[in-house]
Amino acid sequence: MKTRIAVFVLLIVALMVTACQAGGGGTIKVAVLAPMSGQVSTFGISTNNGVQLAVEEWNAKGGINGKKIETVVADSQCSADPAVNAANKVIQEDKVKFIIGEVCSSASIPVSEIAEANQVVQISPTSTNPQVTLNKDGSTKKYVFRACFIDPFQGTVMAKYALDKGYKTAFIMFDQGNDYVRGLAEYFEKAFTEAGGKVVGKESYTKTDTDFSAILTKVAESKAEVLFLPDYYPIVNLVGAQAKEKGVTAVMMGGDGWDSADLDLKAADGGFFSNHYSPEDPRPIVQSWVANYQKKYNAVPDALATLGYDAANLLFAAIQKAGTDDPTKVAEALASLEYEAVSGKITFDAQHNPVKNAVVLSVKDGKVSFSASVAP
Amino acid sequence: MNRSEPIRKAPSFLESLVQRRTLGYLLLGLVLLVAIWRLGNALLENPSLFLQQVTNGLQIGFVYALIALGYTMVYGIVRLINFAHGDVFMVGAFTSFYAISRIQLHLWTRALFPDLNPFIADVIGTISVVLLSMAVCALLAVTIERVAYKPLRNAPRISALITAIGVSFFLEYFGALNFVYTANYITYRRPFDVITWVIGDQGVQVLQKGQEVPAGAIIFSNISFIIIVVSIILLVLLQYFVKNTRTGKAMRATAYDRQTARLMGVDVDATISTTFAIGAALAGAAGVLYAIAYPQVVFWMGIIPGLKAFVAAVLGGIGSIPGAVVGALILGQAETLSAAYISTPMRDAIAFSILIIVLLVRPTGIFGEAQREKA
Repeated sequence: MKTRIAVFVLLIVALMVTACQAGGGGTIKVAVLAPMSGQVSTFGISTNNGVQLAVEEWNAKGGINGKKIETVVADSQCSADPAVNAANKVIQEDKVKFIIGEVCSSASIPVSEIAEANQVVQISPTSTNPQVTLNKDGSTKKYVFRACFIDPFQGTVMAKYALDKGYKTAFIMFDQGNDYVRGLAEYFEKAFTEAGGKVVGKESYTKTDTDFSAILTKVAESKAEVLFLPDYYPIVNLVGAQAKEKGVTAVMMGGDGWDSADLDLKAADGGFFSNHYSPEDPRPIVQSWVANYQKKYNAVPDALATLGYDAANLLFAAIQKAGTDDPTKVAEALASLEYEAVSGKITFDAQHNPVKNAVVLSVKDGKVSFSASVAP
Repeated sequence: MNRSEPIRKAPSFLESLVQRRTLGYLLLGLVLLVAIWRLGNALLENPSLFLQQVTNGLQIGFVYALIALGYTMVYGIVRLINFAHGDVFMVGAFTSFYAISRIQLHLWTRALFPDLNPFIADVIGTISVVLLSMAVCALLAVTIERVAYKPLRNAPRISALITAIGVSFFLEYFGALNFVYTANYITYRRPFDVITWVIGDQGVQVLQKGQEVPAGAIIFSNISFIIIVVSIILLVLLQYFVKNTRTGKAMRATAYDRQTARLMGVDVDATISTTFAIGAALAGAAGVLYAIAYPQVVFWMGIIPGLKAFVAAVLGGIGSIPGAVVGALILGQAETLSAAYISTPMRDAIAFSILIIVLLVRPTGIFGEAQREKA
C-alpha cells in the first residue's frame, strides 16, 4: 500500500514537473521590434538578421541555461504609434519578457515606457537618444538598456573630428520633428562651439521636404567648411545630390543614420559619418562575425546588423548570468555585465548606456571606408 | 417659436468685415508691405543671393505649373477636383525610373548611332524618357476616367470627389506593394550628368567640382534650365492646342456648357477623355523633371507636390489655364523666398497663408471668373 502511494505521489510530482517545463520553462521568448517595411526598412531587416544569427548560435550551443530561444518579430515601422501597438501586442498576447528594439529613437522612447511599466527588459540596439533609458525626471529606467552609444557622443565625436581635421566653421541642417536628428545637431553645436569652432548657420526642414535649394544656397553663401546633416540616408541622398548642383563646397558630415546599403555614394561623396563599427576592423571577433554573416546572408553586415547581434548577445549573456528568466534579475545582471561584443568591449554606465569606442567612416569614390576610431 | 423661419440678425462687425472683404484687403496690404520691406532689404543687401533664390523658386514653380494644369483643365471641364492627379505624377516619375535604370531608354541613340554627338544623344534620350512617361500617364488617366469617373458623371459631385480620393489611395498603396514599387526610398539615376554654370563678372563658366561660387555670381544648373525650357515648351504647345485646334475648341465648348456642346455635335466623352489625357501627360512630364531635380522616388512622392499644385491652381483661379501657371509661379516664389528670408520650417505655412488671404479678397482666385452654376 505504501509503495502504491509513493508511486502515485511520484507520478503526480513527475507530471507537475513536466507540465511546468512544457508550460513556461522550455523556451525563452524574445520579441524583436523593428521597421520591417517603409522608409527605413533596411534598418529593420539588418537588425533582425543580426538578432537571428545570435539566436541561432546560442541555440546551437544548447540555448541559455538549457532553454531554447524563440523570437517574435513585430513590424514597428520606426514611428511611435505602430511601435506602441507592437509592444503591447508582444507583451500581452505573446507574453514576452524581453524586447530587442526599436531601431529608431522616436519609436524606442514610447516603447521604453511600456517596457518599464510592465517590467519587461528592453534593449534597443541602435536608438541613440538619451531619453530612451532615462525617465522624464532624469533617473534611469530600470529595465531599459541600449547596445549603442548615445546622441551626445555621436555629435561630440563628429565635432571633435571636424576640428581635428582643421575645419573651423560649420552649417547645421536638421529635421525639427525628429528626436534623433535634433539630438545629434544639438550636441554637435555644443561641442563644436565649446572647442573653438563657429556655427555659421542653422536651418531646419521637415521630413517631407524634397526641395532644399533655398537652404543650400544659404549654405553656399555662408562659405561654411562643414555641412553637418545628421539625418537618415533618404534625406542625405536628396541633399547631397542637390548640394553639388548649388555650389556647396562644404564637407558633409553626419551620424549613423547614413549607414545603409541605399546611401547614394555619389551624392554623399567626400562625406564623413560616425558609426558603431567597421567591417574593416582587424579584431578577430569582428572578422569571425563578418564571415558568419556573409555565409548566411551573402552580404557584409552593416552597423544595424552588428548592433542587433550585440544587443541579442548582451541580453542572452545577462540571462545566463542571472541564471533565470525573471526580468528583474536579468536587468540587474545586465547593468553589471562586462561583455566582449563585436562593436567593442561593453560595460554599462549608470544611465544604461554602453561605454565603448566609435568609428568615423568616409565616403569616397563609391566606397565607404574606415577613417578613425574615437574614444569616449 | 416658428422654426421654419430663419432669424435674420444684423451681421456682426467681424462678419461685415469678412463680407465686404475689408479684412482680406487689410491683410493683403499688410502682407505685401512686410514682404516688400523684407525682400527689398534682402535685394539691397545681396542682389546676387536674392536672384539665386528667385531662380530656385522658378524651378520648383514650373514643376508645380505642369501639375496644376491637369487640376485646372479637369476641373474646368467636369467640375471634378481630381485628387488622384498627384499620384499620376508619381507614376510618371516611376515610369521614367524604370525606363532609365532597367531598359536604359535614355541611351538608345548611343546604342544605335555611336557616332552621334553625345550632347544631342543625351537630349534625344531624355526627351524619349519624358515622352514615354507622358504616354503612360495619359493612358493611366484615361483608364481611371473611364473606370472610376465616367459612371459617376451624373451623380452628385461629392461622389466623384470621394472616388477621386479613393483612386489616389489606391495608386499610392498599390504602388507601395512589394511587387510593384515597394515602400522604400529609391535613388533615381539622372539620364544625364549635372553641369552647373557660374554667371558672373567673367561671363558664363562651368563650375568645377569643389570650386567655390565667386562673390556676386549666380549659378544655374542644366537641371533648372531643362525644367524651365521643357515647361515653357509644353505650356506654349498647350496654349496653342486649346486655342487653335478643333479638339481644343471642343474642350472649351464642353467646359462652357456640356449639354449645348453635345447638341452642337461635340463628342463630349471623347473630349473629356482627351482633357484627362493631356492633363496627365503634363503631370507625367512634371514627374520626370521633378525626379531629375530631386533624385529620389517613393510611392507617396506625389502627395505634397500634388497638394501644392492644387493650391496653385486654386490661387490662380481653378479652371483657368494661365491662372494655374501664374499661381504655381507665385507659390514657388513664396515657398523659396520664405524659406530663404523668413523661416524654413514655416515656409509651407506662409505659402498657404497667401492662398487664404488671396481667396479672402478674390474667392475665385486671381484669374478666376465667377462661374455661373449650372442646373
